[in-house]
Amino acid sequence: MWDFPLVPEQASTVAPEVDHLTLFILAINIGITALVFALLFLFSIMYARRSESEVPPQYHGSMLLEIGWSIIPSLICLVIFIWGVKVYAEIIVPPADSTDVYIVGRQWMWKAQYPTGQREINALHVAVGKPVKLTITSEDVLHSFSIPAFRVKSDAVPGRYTTMWFQPTKPGTYHLFCTEYCGTEHSRMIGKIVVMEEADHQKWLSEKAELGDALQGRKLFSKLQCVTCHAGESQARAPSLEEIYMKRIPLALDKGSAVAPGTTVLADENYLRESIRYPSARIAAGFQYPSIMPAYDESLVSEDEMFQLIAYVKSLKKGQTPTRIEQTTIPSALGAPAVRK
Amino acid sequence: MSLTEKHAPTKGHDDASHGHDHDLAHHFDNVEQQHDAGNLGMWMFLTTEVLFFGGLFAAYTIYRYKFEKVFEQASNILDPLLGGVNTIVLIFSSVTMAFAVRSAQQGKSKAIVAWLAATIVFGSMFLGIKYFEWKHDATLHVFPTSDFNWTWAREKHAEHEHHESHEPEMRGLVFNSPKVPQSYIDKDSKNPEAKQARLFFFLYFMMTSLHAAHMVIGFGIMAVIMIYAWNGFYSANYYVPVESVGLYWHFVDLVWIFLYPLLYLLGAHLSAGH
Amino acid sequence: MSTMLDVKTGSGAVGASVGHDSKVNYLNHVNTAASWFLTLDHKRIALLYLVVTSFMFVLGGAYAGVIRAELITPKGDFVSSDFYNKSFTAHGVIMVFFVLIPAIPSVIGNFCLPLMLGAKDVAFPRINLISWYVYMAGASFTLFALISGGVDSGWTFYTPLSTTYLNSNVMATATGLFILGFASILTGLNFIVTIHRMRSPGLTWFRLPLFVWAIYATSVIQLLGTPVIAITLALVGVERALGVGIFDPRLGGDPILYQHLFWFYSHPAVYIMILPALGVTNELISTFSRKPVFGYTMIAGSSIAIAVFSFIVWAHHMFTSGLSPYAAMFFSLLTFSVAIPSGIKVFSWLATLFQGSISFDSPMLFAYSFIGLFTIGGMTGLFLSTLGTDIHMHDTYFVVAHFHYVMVGGTIVGYLGALHFWWPKMFGRMYAEFPAKISAILVFVGFNLTFFPQFLLGYMGMPRRYHEYPAEFQVLNLFSTAGALVLGVGYIMPIFYLTWAAFFGKKASSNPWGATTLDWTHTESPPSPHNFESTPVVTADPYDYRVIQKEGALVAH
Repeated sequence: MWDFPLVPEQASTVAPEVDHLTLFILAINIGITALVFALLFLFSIMYARRSESEVPPQYHGSMLLEIGWSIIPSLICLVIFIWGVKVYAEIIVPPADSTDVYIVGRQWMWKAQYPTGQREINALHVAVGKPVKLTITSEDVLHSFSIPAFRVKSDAVPGRYTTMWFQPTKPGTYHLFCTEYCGTEHSRMIGKIVVMEEADHQKWLSEKAELGDALQGRKLFSKLQCVTCHAGESQARAPSLEEIYMKRIPLALDKGSAVAPGTTVLADENYLRESIRYPSARIAAGFQYPSIMPAYDESLVSEDEMFQLIAYVKSLKKGQTPTRIEQTTIPSALGAPAVRK
Repeated sequence: MSLTEKHAPTKGHDDASHGHDHDLAHHFDNVEQQHDAGNLGMWMFLTTEVLFFGGLFAAYTIYRYKFEKVFEQASNILDPLLGGVNTIVLIFSSVTMAFAVRSAQQGKSKAIVAWLAATIVFGSMFLGIKYFEWKHDATLHVFPTSDFNWTWAREKHAEHEHHESHEPEMRGLVFNSPKVPQSYIDKDSKNPEAKQARLFFFLYFMMTSLHAAHMVIGFGIMAVIMIYAWNGFYSANYYVPVESVGLYWHFVDLVWIFLYPLLYLLGAHLSAGH
Repeated sequence: MSTMLDVKTGSGAVGASVGHDSKVNYLNHVNTAASWFLTLDHKRIALLYLVVTSFMFVLGGAYAGVIRAELITPKGDFVSSDFYNKSFTAHGVIMVFFVLIPAIPSVIGNFCLPLMLGAKDVAFPRINLISWYVYMAGASFTLFALISGGVDSGWTFYTPLSTTYLNSNVMATATGLFILGFASILTGLNFIVTIHRMRSPGLTWFRLPLFVWAIYATSVIQLLGTPVIAITLALVGVERALGVGIFDPRLGGDPILYQHLFWFYSHPAVYIMILPALGVTNELISTFSRKPVFGYTMIAGSSIAIAVFSFIVWAHHMFTSGLSPYAAMFFSLLTFSVAIPSGIKVFSWLATLFQGSISFDSPMLFAYSFIGLFTIGGMTGLFLSTLGTDIHMHDTYFVVAHFHYVMVGGTIVGYLGALHFWWPKMFGRMYAEFPAKISAILVFVGFNLTFFPQFLLGYMGMPRRYHEYPAEFQVLNLFSTAGALVLGVGYIMPIFYLTWAAFFGKKASSNPWGATTLDWTHTESPPSPHNFESTPVVTADPYDYRVIQKEGALVAH
């Protein structure tokens, strides 16, 4: 009964960093607390009242002491702050070669989607030593995706994407918790992060293979008639979507709007999502307000499907926009549908 | 020196002070202190009001930035002329209020009553004009209830602007509005801008309702003060309640002066024709 | 500058009160129901607040009992998920809004402020009474909400859960809290005007007792912060009623906007809770070591600094919400800045004790307890203001432990210390010292046993607001619940011996502790209805013990 753990396992690259910082702050905590307790104890003994009429010397202050105990803690706090920012930067900046995984939280479960199509509920299988970047959203209320063993978490906010990343360092199974109160079964919105050796992970991926996200997205692109306007030709009614991911897109000016000349927007996942949900929000230069593109809300494109469309747009290379007559050749990069088990 | 001299306690302060009953509350030492306390209290209260409205202004600012275009379109539906007249009316009410305070300082009780009555009249004109604005808004379906319809609102507003309105004059005092046909409801449900416009109108009605509520409360307080003034309760020695209600009313006026341009005058209104 | 304590009064000083039990005081001069429920006397209003906040504390504590009972086992087998969620919401709402925020200001502040200032009452006695009724109205709505089904949004009411997805009594609770906010605003307003305008002659700002500085800073926060939560709750209510979408992303709204608006008040709110307790501790440490509080000016300044800084750190509650990293760094840095003034106070108290003449009466034990627990609580805040560690610890039991250390170990312990300290002044009777000492020790021990394990649970990753948890967290949870039992005993005891003492305790002199502030030196115990026979004139600093003599001291050693 006494062998309960006091510290979670360190299972990611960032975990030891966080723990070191924690130890440092802990040391300061213990130091100052011990000092305060010790002085309280000491002074109580040394200066206990000896007689009823005792009146001690009435000091009022000492500028030196007061400045000292203001400056020194300030400096200590500054050090902690800077170290904290350093660790924070490691926590939030993903490496360029991270695998993307998409997470959708909803009352009261987590759905994970790999771009290659594998899906999981309340679990995430990842390979040791490989960085993973999670793009997270919620279908309903706020949730938070937390992996204590990796020392990372990020809220799942409905209406937008948040991101987090990690690189596991130790195979094993670790807790996944929802850490933003989300209603009745909040404490059951838990799961497992399973870290496997790379070979095992590849095996797992192929076992669970389904049509990749981008491939699904391509189907949606046709089914939802996106091809009608985003046809990839120069006289199309809508901007080409080829290779726009993470490009800077200049925005159209609007009479009466405050879009300054030269304003651009970075075409990241959030912008792609916004363009599908609120097409008239920010239109690419060369086109007019209001957008002729209809808005696609949750009933037309669910959050899962949104990830698929985005995966598709991200994958779209020059010349690959399908024509209105469905192209029969699917670019190989999207992966042919694997054999299902 | 011993702090506890064994004196019999002498008579308390009450004896000397009861010459002027209501002029000086028992816990104050003198009229200056009472006056200063009353004033400071009202200024502190107004600070809380700034923060109270401030929350709404903050929400408004953020959404204005987020949905700039739609907010401008929505603002164009409001009538800046009526809003402007209302602003003038409210300023007049502040003038009459200032005169009421002046009369109080001079100890002219009947004049206090007259000027406060004038303030209430102007304030009521403001609310009356607001009433007609809102009646029109109801026909346009811009109240942010489930009845809201942006497609309808823009179309009817455009018709109204170009004097092409085919709707019969909305008679009567009740907020009547014709039922919105299904096609408009469908158009709205496909249009995310409708939700953004609804947000504008929500903020508009929330802020102006809150402001109107403050005015009505102000009327109540003024009525009470008028009764006290009529009965000679105030004098040049003691008039801090009148001053306090004056401060309050000026604040209410000031809030409107911020609300008017923010809500009514966004963007395209000022360009010729639209 | 300190001279011999030389406070001239007009004619007549406070007569020695030993044996004068027929003396007219604020308690006995009239005793009809109307004289209590329509009183304009700040001292009676303080007692009205004492009764209701004590009741609310017991109620909030009962809900805490439900929580700790459930958490004995990993499975959710004691109560249903819904009931558990409603319990922690009720616990939070009641404790934060109905106990911690009003306790010291509306009980101790109401009672002592005019006395410390040499005033006959607060600036606006009728508004004072009204604020109590507003509290009662807010409490009624909220209690109604709790009884008629409860609310399970958490005390933070995050959207869109609270606006769109919950079926429980969000509206009634939000309305109750909206109303309650005005009680806080009116009290704050009253105190600010009182301190500005009703100080007796010679009582300059830098001769004020430090408790008054603390109340002043608290009142400023109450005045500026509370209206924002009021409008935020109003928006939540309207959104729920009309489905407008100001916070619901499906309708174009932004749930993070809610968090910003909510925390803009709720962070300063925690300083409303702690500043008065910090103020009380000044008085206790000074009195029971017979030394002036070291560094008076810095302490007064630090109270104001805390009030100011408290408004610019709110987003440290939102580091994992997807805030821009630059915003996060900005708020993290500013949060450290708030820690420094608090630390200054603790060091100043240690310096006050240095070469003092320390006695260990029960109020002093509470003050020691406060210093210890506040230090731990404050220091653990550093983990949370640091970005690198907060990501891991956010929304875990670490946060729960941190805020309980400062709010309970801080505010409640400070409140208990204040009650013990001023009890003889309020009732003219002394409580029994022995049970008081036991209570202080039980609270300290029980508190640490309850909440220290939660730091460990939090670092392990146990999330907040969890009804069920993984089995490896059970042992620490057991410790925590065991501690809660001890803590509960420590809390219940004062209810008995203090209440008993109020009616039957040994008579107390006007200044049994040998304190130096006007409330002790120039009023009876209990004070007369008008507080002072004549307005005191102050010519010296507030903490000068050289001339103090205890009058017929009834202090048990």
